[in-house]
Amino acid sequence: MGRYFVHLATTLLFFGYLGMAWNILGGYAGQFSFGHAAFFGIGAFTSSLLQLHAGVNPWIGMFLAGIAGLMVGLFIGYLCFRYGLHGPYFALAMLALAEMLRLGAIQWMSTRYPLGINLPILGDSLLQFQFRSKVPYYYIILIMTTAVLYLTHSIESRRIGLYFKAIRENEDAAESLGVPGFKMKMIAMSISSFLTAMGGTFYAQYYLTLDEEAAFGVAVSIEVLLGPIIGGAGTVFGPLIGAGILEFLSETTRNLLGGRSGIHLMVYGAILIAVIIFLPNGILGGLKSISRRYTRKSEGIQEGYGDA
Amino acid sequence: MAMLKVKRLTKAFGGLVAIKDLSFELKKGEILGIIGPNGAGKTTLFNLITGYLKPDRGEIHFGGENVTGLRPHEMCKRGLARTFQITQPFANLTVLENVRIGAHNRIRSSREASREALRILEKVGLYGKREELASVLSIGHRKSLELGKALATKPEVILLDEVVGGLNSKEADDMIKRLRMLREEGTTILLIEHVMKAIMSLSDRIVVIHYGEKIAEGNPMEISKDPKVIEAYLGEEYVLAKGK
Repeated sequence: MGRYFVHLATTLLFFGYLGMAWNILGGYAGQFSFGHAAFFGIGAFTSSLLQLHAGVNPWIGMFLAGIAGLMVGLFIGYLCFRYGLHGPYFALAMLALAEMLRLGAIQWMSTRYPLGINLPILGDSLLQFQFRSKVPYYYIILIMTTAVLYLTHSIESRRIGLYFKAIRENEDAAESLGVPGFKMKMIAMSISSFLTAMGGTFYAQYYLTLDEEAAFGVAVSIEVLLGPIIGGAGTVFGPLIGAGILEFLSETTRNLLGGRSGIHLMVYGAILIAVIIFLPNGILGGLKSISRRYTRKSEGIQEGYGDA
Repeated sequence: MAMLKVKRLTKAFGGLVAIKDLSFELKKGEILGIIGPNGAGKTTLFNLITGYLKPDRGEIHFGGENVTGLRPHEMCKRGLARTFQITQPFANLTVLENVRIGAHNRIRSSREASREALRILEKVGLYGKREELASVLSIGHRKSLELGKALATKPEVILLDEVVGGLNSKEADDMIKRLRMLREEGTTILLIEHVMKAIMSLSDRIVVIHYGEKIAEGNPMEISKDPKVIEAYLGEEYVLAKGK
């Protein structure tokens, strides 16, 4: 039970972390990426292969993974943003990138790692980023998530956060007010891809095994963005709340309906659809507009003199 | 001294020449009105000056520098702000946040940008609406917000694309008063406007364009008597005469 609980908490924080990384680009800057698996996979592969072939310590590997993800992010970001791809076109370009990497990985691995990449077992060591117990992983992801939570909060309260939102809302209008659209989008892409790739390393170290589906699969891209969408994209806590709700839903439906194969997934999907229909701005977005309506009502009298 | 110089500007969209060999100067501290019938190329001209469109030929000089082909945000940084004819609020942000984005053009710190934004909101009459979402504003308030956002960037020259059009008569009077005040504070204004009363009473000089070409230039009195202008506005001479 304790072990199960730690695993749940770790997963929750892990998806919260990835959701927050996505949220900086997709939620704040409004560039809806449907292919964050590209960065996640690049990160997982970079640190794992460096460890296997060059004996690079996974902590250093995690940083290098972030750099590799950042490079890929800058490359695809430059291509997309320089040529003005946005909305669904940007989302599809990102999806295509992740799929290209996935197909490439299948080819590449079929001869070299037909059974997937398995990291060597090096024992119970903080230095080696490997533990027999799940608890240390929990603390590591807790620290990573807290750090990104703090980062998001700082972005939100600074000029950069407002500039991201301005681009999301109306890029032409933002440009007319001195917001450098291309540069800001590249910054959002950099932060997001760097952090997502580091998450890939955490995943590889947690499971110590890796294949192309787990790294570059479409499922990864969807899981990354589902949390922010459900919880509230473009908010500090939205992705974390979303990750919590998703985990609660998936565990409950599995426990209650797991006996009949597939039913729990259908119920899970139906609930997700309902949330997206009734709360298009996520849980936090919904709460915000309710509270706005409430305060407006209570300040109704003052409002009449608003222009004075 | 000329703040803004447009030299032999030309822009075509396919076979349609929207702006043809157009030149004029905007002097420091003046209000220059640009008028012309619908489709004359007024908004295209604004888009060319502010970097949203690249001219096929010709040059734009601002503050003595050639700024042809610069991006819109670079123009803003240099002190040239604009409003849009179709207002472009950041719909899901509050009125205060909308103006704060503009204020950040010159101010890095969030707190000071907020203070500046509040000052601007008071000036454009939206202080009481500061916590409302921009999406719920009426058209009159949207026009004021549009002006507020542009003013918050602290421009030396501001290009106003129909900020009076669409307002009721009280709102229009308020807006005209505000623009006069702006001019007194030293802001140079380039004004596109369909409301003749506004353009005739505000402008120091007027440039008339028709099918992308300049057909007349002069003070409001001269313009309202110019036969070429009356012809272009056939049927509108009554409005012109009444406006002065």
